[in-house]
Amino acid sequence: MEVDITRFQLLSRWKRGVWARADRWTWLVVGVALALALPVLTVFATALQPAGPVWRHLAATVLADYVRDSVLLMLGVGVGALLIGVPAAWLTSIHEFPGRRWFEWALLLPMAIPAYIVAYTYTGLLDFAGPLQTALRDWFHWTRRDYWFPEVRSLPGAVAMLALVLYPYVYLLARAAFLDQSVAVLEVSRTLGAGPWRRFFAVSLPMARPALIAGVSLVQMEALADYGTVQYFGVGTFTTGIFRVWHGMGDSAAAAQLAALLLLFVFTLLAFERLSRRRARFHHTGNRRQRPTRIALRGKRRWLATVVCLLPLLFGFLIPAGQLTIWAARTAPHMLDGRFLRLLTSSLSLALGAALLILALALLLGYGRRLRPWPLTRLAVRYAGLGYAVPGTVIAIGVMLPFAALDRGLDGWARHWFGVSTGLLLSGTLAALLFAYCARFLPVALHSIEAGLARIRPSMDDAARSLGSGPRAVLWRVHVPMLRGSLLTAVLLVFVDVLKELPATLILRPFNFNTLAVRAYELASDERLADSAPFALAIVLAGIGPVILLSRAMGRSRPGYDAVP
Amino acid sequence: MTPFLDLTDLAIAYPPRRVIEGVSLRMDRAGIGCLLGPSGCGKTTLLRAIAGFEPLQRGSIRLRGGELSRPGWTLPPEQRRIGMMFQDLALFPHLTVADNVAFGLRGWKAAERRARVHELLRLVGLDEYARRYPHQISGGQQQRVALARALAPRPGLLLLDEPFSSLDVALREGLAREIRAILLREGIGGLLVSHDQFEAFAFADEIGVLREGRLLQWDSAYNLYHRPVDRFVADFIGQGVLLPGRIGEDGRVLTELGIIDGALPDGYAPGDAVEVLVRPDDVIHDDASPLNAEVAERAFRGAEFLYTLRLASGARLLCLASSHHNHALEQRIGIRLDIDHRVMFRRGHGAGAEAGRND
Repeated sequence: MEVDITRFQLLSRWKRGVWARADRWTWLVVGVALALALPVLTVFATALQPAGPVWRHLAATVLADYVRDSVLLMLGVGVGALLIGVPAAWLTSIHEFPGRRWFEWALLLPMAIPAYIVAYTYTGLLDFAGPLQTALRDWFHWTRRDYWFPEVRSLPGAVAMLALVLYPYVYLLARAAFLDQSVAVLEVSRTLGAGPWRRFFAVSLPMARPALIAGVSLVQMEALADYGTVQYFGVGTFTTGIFRVWHGMGDSAAAAQLAALLLLFVFTLLAFERLSRRRARFHHTGNRRQRPTRIALRGKRRWLATVVCLLPLLFGFLIPAGQLTIWAARTAPHMLDGRFLRLLTSSLSLALGAALLILALALLLGYGRRLRPWPLTRLAVRYAGLGYAVPGTVIAIGVMLPFAALDRGLDGWARHWFGVSTGLLLSGTLAALLFAYCARFLPVALHSIEAGLARIRPSMDDAARSLGSGPRAVLWRVHVPMLRGSLLTAVLLVFVDVLKELPATLILRPFNFNTLAVRAYELASDERLADSAPFALAIVLAGIGPVILLSRAMGRSRPGYDAVP
Repeated sequence: MTPFLDLTDLAIAYPPRRVIEGVSLRMDRAGIGCLLGPSGCGKTTLLRAIAGFEPLQRGSIRLRGGELSRPGWTLPPEQRRIGMMFQDLALFPHLTVADNVAFGLRGWKAAERRARVHELLRLVGLDEYARRYPHQISGGQQQRVALARALAPRPGLLLLDEPFSSLDVALREGLAREIRAILLREGIGGLLVSHDQFEAFAFADEIGVLREGRLLQWDSAYNLYHRPVDRFVADFIGQGVLLPGRIGEDGRVLTELGIIDGALPDGYAPGDAVEVLVRPDDVIHDDASPLNAEVAERAFRGAEFLYTLRLASGARLLCLASSHHNHALEQRIGIRLDIDHRVMFRRGHGAGAEAGRND
């Protein structure tokens, strides 16, 4: 029924023929969106091929392990993020204790460190030759056999690493939910005799449930997308499996089939996330926007709260960042050479180029959708926005396959007609890599731009039009100047995301082309942890930018605080 | 002579809903018109269609003879030379007052552009505020900037989409009159959208009353008040009551308040049950009159009282009386009717009942 109405509207609006040259925008939006959806479509299309021998081999041997470890990782990281994020959010949003104001934003800092960097930092700290075990042995005069120490390079280790850097998603959404809850509801429960624990478990937590589910879904999507940590720890999940099948066995179809299976998991989580976000809106209770009076904790409790908030920050950021700094200080003299500088420039310019390209595309999609708010463009933009949920590994496979096919086609054509081989024109070039970045990170920019565009009233467009500006002039003369903040945010977020990106870059980078992330990862994989630290630290420093942005946005969205337009 | 603005048989739809249905209207010269109606009647949609923001399903829009819209083809708004003032003003927040006014002057020589901006800012009395940003000036000043911006490119027609609704009443009428004077001086036609009849009366020469996408009457304010063609128009414009009566053999209408004279319009026959529109100013308070009614409600308005009177049958009547005539509730006061134009509608029909008008 609903579909029929939509189709009817689509057709009748189509027939209305808005303006003579209108449809250029529509086709542009749909074309870009389709191109960006190409990787996912390719993966699903390839996955529909009949199962080859490699897939049958996989199914008979390791597939069950991949599924089991992926599911365990997903569940473990989800629970871990909840256990860290929810108490921190509950404490900082409702209570007052020493350092509360500072923790509010500092708790986001672990987001600045990619999981694989945390992973190898802790490996360096905790493995047999690391400072902790060495110190223990020195103090107690133990030898290797005298004691048991947990192995960090394991599935539980990976769970811990990912939970430590991903909990901020839960923290952010839970915090927003707690702050959004009507003060009246909490006050009513107090008049009904509910103590602090009862208020938390019987009132606040159930009301925040949709937000928590959304947060956990996001965390789990990120956990499933992780490649660096699980690979480094030798855990067999989908992403490591895809790599193994792709590189080790050279079977693209089987890799795509594995990728499609991973996508099914991811899209299920995505559906959960979207659904809970929608529900979260209905859970919004009461419109009385009142600055909540924080509950001042007293005595031992206040220090307990401080410790509870300090622990995730300590383990998620301070220790790894500190260790990286120590290593970097030691190795910088011989690592900071011309090669480092070249790598830094190429990595930064790649990230900047990708960010600007993505910004342009996102602006095109966002503005095109505003100009032509039809079901077709809306659908197109929605699908272009799915990329962020798709793991980099999957995107890479989805880019590699069509590019390679195109290359083979071109090569065959050139050889047939001109007798020359063109070799690999597209795959293995920066073009392929940039395309993958676009498919994966466009939603980040799009989100920021759409939020900005939504704040510009449609009458602004109309006013500019009635004053003689065409659609493109409106974009340049009205929207771009008014969107400056959103555009900068978009560029910064994408820039840092590209800088941190590992799996897609590993698969798609041109021969001999390196980024900070890849180099850090390669050195760490070669057990040259200290040598990789300068590269890792550069990434972490860049990653602090978005955290600052986020914390400022958090401040603005605080109830009772009027945002300056 | 080609009419200034000519809308023929317009239909506009947001499928599956028709928003405008069969609207035709003509402004013969570049005067000032107004589209009046309750919210949701389609008046803003009609205005936006004239500006070029809404495509047509049927009909055509012409300005000074040139076609602007027809089904399947819409001249883009930026090529129409039609200015528009928006309800929310839509001043560009990133531009100064002067730059806002200059926005539509792209392609002008710099010196001419500066001169035009200066001229307009002086016209609206804001030349000292040229370098301010919109958020740094008051609401009334923003209104003037919006006006100056819309007028700068010398449009042939200025559309105003309830631009005064955010102002308080005192400021509103003054500004409406001021804009009216500017438009007339500059020879620019104006078309205002409003739901406020007093704003419409103060601003426009011709007013169209819209209801549910249809134009009921396009006429002068005087005629809308005294000769409404439709029960809805009669009810929407001004105050008044419909007094039941019956047409007598001689074409006169017999009511509780006696006989009301007038020529019988077409389609009415003696014996028909009708209702006659009685405005408050049609009811004269006269102590000498044999007719009287009981005061049911009274509202003091300074110079006058608006009495709501109850007749013997229970029917109600509104009466404007000089404020010297201070009568208490439930007192009976003498009245007589003084109806210039008898307007009547068939009784028992719905709101859309055909009007009978006589001159």
